[in-house]
Amino acid sequence: MGLKEKIFAKSLYVFHVSSGSCNNCDIEFIDCLTPRYDVERLGITLVGSIKHADVMLCTGSANRLTIPRIKILYEQMPKPGYVVVWGACGSSRGMFKDSYNTGQPLDEILPVDVYIPGCPPRPEAVIDGFVKLKEKIRSKGKAK
Amino acid sequence: MSHKAHIPIGPYHPLQEEPEFYKLVVEGEKVVDVDVRIGYNHRGIEKISESKSYDQSIFIVERICGICSSSHPIACAQAVEDISGIEVPERALYIRSICQELERIHSHLLWLGLAAHFIGYNTVFMWAWKYREPICDIFETVTGNRQNYAMHKVGGVRRDIEKEHIPYILNRLNDFTKQLNMLKGAVLDDPVLHERLKGVGILTKEDAIDYAALGPTARASGVDIDARRDHPYAVYDRVKWNVVTRGEGDVFAKTVVRILEMFESVSIIRQCLDKMPEGPIDSKPKDIPPGEGIGQIEAPRGECFHYIKSDGTNSPVRHKIRAPTYMNFPTFRETVIGETVSDATIILAAIDPCYCCTERMLIVGPDNKTAMDMNDLVRLSQEKTQRIKDRYNNRILGA
Amino acid sequence: MNIDTILGDLTGRFGSKILNVNRRSSKRAYIDIYPKDIEEIVRYVFKERGFRFDTASAVDDFDALEILYHFSYDASGITISFRALLKDKQDPHIDTITGITRSAWWIEREMHELFGIEFNGNNDLRPLLLPDDWPKGVYPLRKDFIPPKRDSRKA
Repeated sequence: MGLKEKIFAKSLYVFHVSSGSCNNCDIEFIDCLTPRYDVERLGITLVGSIKHADVMLCTGSANRLTIPRIKILYEQMPKPGYVVVWGACGSSRGMFKDSYNTGQPLDEILPVDVYIPGCPPRPEAVIDGFVKLKEKIRSKGKAK
Repeated sequence: MSHKAHIPIGPYHPLQEEPEFYKLVVEGEKVVDVDVRIGYNHRGIEKISESKSYDQSIFIVERICGICSSSHPIACAQAVEDISGIEVPERALYIRSICQELERIHSHLLWLGLAAHFIGYNTVFMWAWKYREPICDIFETVTGNRQNYAMHKVGGVRRDIEKEHIPYILNRLNDFTKQLNMLKGAVLDDPVLHERLKGVGILTKEDAIDYAALGPTARASGVDIDARRDHPYAVYDRVKWNVVTRGEGDVFAKTVVRILEMFESVSIIRQCLDKMPEGPIDSKPKDIPPGEGIGQIEAPRGECFHYIKSDGTNSPVRHKIRAPTYMNFPTFRETVIGETVSDATIILAAIDPCYCCTERMLIVGPDNKTAMDMNDLVRLSQEKTQRIKDRYNNRILGA
Repeated sequence: MNIDTILGDLTGRFGSKILNVNRRSSKRAYIDIYPKDIEEIVRYVFKERGFRFDTASAVDDFDALEILYHFSYDASGITISFRALLKDKQDPHIDTITGITRSAWWIEREMHELFGIEFNGNNDLRPLLLPDDWPKGVYPLRKDFIPPKRDSRKA
C-alpha cells in the first residue's frame, strides 16, 4: 500500500452537497458529527469549501437546477478526490424518477465510488460506507 | 454616493442542509435589499401524487421534508378523511398526537443547535443534537425508524405503541425534561445572548398578519394562532396545554417560543400516554368517493395545508401541498432589510426555514463578484457574538 | 361566528355575485364566484372580516381551469374556499390579490409558471420553482403535460 494512500485514507475531508433532497439524509450526516456517533474520531471532518475537500458527499435526486452546479463543483475539487452518494435518492433518484424536474441520476454525472443506500441511511450505515471508502482508497494504492 | 455590494449566500454551506441562494444587496454594513431564488428542491411531488394511489401518496409526502415527516402524512390523511367522512379510531388519534409532539420536540432541538452554531455557541449545538438522540430512540422503538416513520395512513395508523414501551418512553421523557431545563437556562439566562438577539430582526404584528406568517414565527410577533387549538384535530381538544406567544417579534422571542413549546409537548405526550384507550388503530377504509377535502395541522414550523380533489378513482385528481415555510419565508425580506450583515444568518435561521418543505429554495449565485460567501457571513456573526462576550466580561471584571 | 353566520353574511353582502354555496360540514364550505369579483370579495374577507389567507390552488378540469382561494377563520376553526372558474384555457386571466395581501406573492408566481395563469396587475411573475431554461408555454401541472416514464437507470 502506497504511503500517500495510507495517509489519505486516515483523514478524509468531506464536502457535503445536496442536489435537491428532502433534507433527511443531510440531517443524518450532521448527526454523525455529533457526540453519539462522532465520526471525527475516525478522521472524517466537514469542510466549508470544495477546494479543501477530499470527498464530495452528494445527496438528493439531481434536480435540473442543481446538475450544472454539481458538475462545476466536481471540477473544482482537487484530485485525487472521491465521490460518495448517499441515500436512495442519490443512488437512483428513488421515487422521484418520474418527476418532470429530475434529470439524470447522480452516477451518470459524477464518477461515484461508494453508494450508501437507505432512506435515510442510519449513521451506522454511513460509518460502514466510509470504512468501505477507506478500503477502496487503500486497495488503489496496492494495485499500483 | 454609497457603494452597493452584492453578497451571495449559498448555494452550498455545510450547515445549510439544502442549497439555496440569497442575494443580499448591502451598503456599507446595512442590508438594503434581498432577492431569493428557490427551485433547487422542486421535485414535482404534486404531479407525482396524481399518478399514485392514496396509500402511496402518504409515503411520497413523508419525503417532502425530513423533519416534518409526521406532519405531512397526517395532513394528507386528514384531507382524504375529510372527503369521505371516515371516522378514525380513538387510539389512532392518540398515537398521531404522540408522534406529532415527539416530532415537534426533535425539530425544535435541531433548530436550537443550528441557530446556536450560527452565532458561535458550538457547545449548545453539540448538546442540543446529543439530546435529540433519545427522542430518535423513542421513534425507533415505536415506529421502527429514526426518521421517515411510515406511521400514518388514511383511516388510522400503521403500528401500535406496545404496553411495554410506555415505561421506556416515560423514563426517557423524564431524563429529557432535566436536559431541557439545563438548555433553557443556558440559552435564556445568558446575558450575552440577550444582547445579541434582542431587537434583532423584528417582525411586527401587522406584517406577520399581512404575510400570513405561521407557527412560532407568527406567535413570537403576538399573532395568537395555532392549528391545534383553532382547527382541532387528533386529541388536542382533550388534553390540557397552552399556546405560547410573545409580543416582541425579534429573534430572542422566537427562541423563547420554541423552547417553551418543547415543555408543552412533553406535557401533551405524558397526558396522551396516560389517557390512551384500548382499541383498534385502523378503520380500514375501502373507497374514497368523489369530492374535495382539506387537512390542516400544526407542523413544528406552522400550519401545514393539504387540499385533495378526488373523482372516485384510486388516485387524486389534484393534490395541493402548502408547507408553513412557504408563508414564513417572504417575511425574511421584511426582517433583514435595515439590519447589519453580521445578523443576516441568524435572522434567516430564526424563521426556521425548511427548504425542502417549500419545494424550492435556492439562492442563485449569479456571476456577480463575490464579496463574501456564506462562511464569511457565519464567521461575521460569530465574531459579533465574541465582541459582545468580551464587552460583557470586561464589565463584570470591573473595567 | 359559526359557519352559518359567516355564509349568511357573505350571501347577504354579495348577493348575486355568489353563484353557489356548498356547505360540506360545520367547518368547510366551498363558494363559487365569478373571476371578476375576486378582488372585492378577498378585500372584504381579509381586511374587514380578518380571515387568514391559507393558500390558492389551481386545478385543471380538462375543459377549464379553476382556482380555489382558501381562507381560514381561526377564531371558529372554519375554512372557506372561493372557487373561480377560468373558462378560457388558452388565455386564462384573473385579477391579482397581491394589492390586498402580500402573502399571495409567491403563490401567484407559482400558479403562473405551473398552469400558465395570468394575474392582471401583478408585474412580478418571474419563475419561482422551475429552471430558467424551462420551455415557454409548457405548463407541468396541466393535465395535457405527461412527464416521460423513465427506466430507473436512464435519464
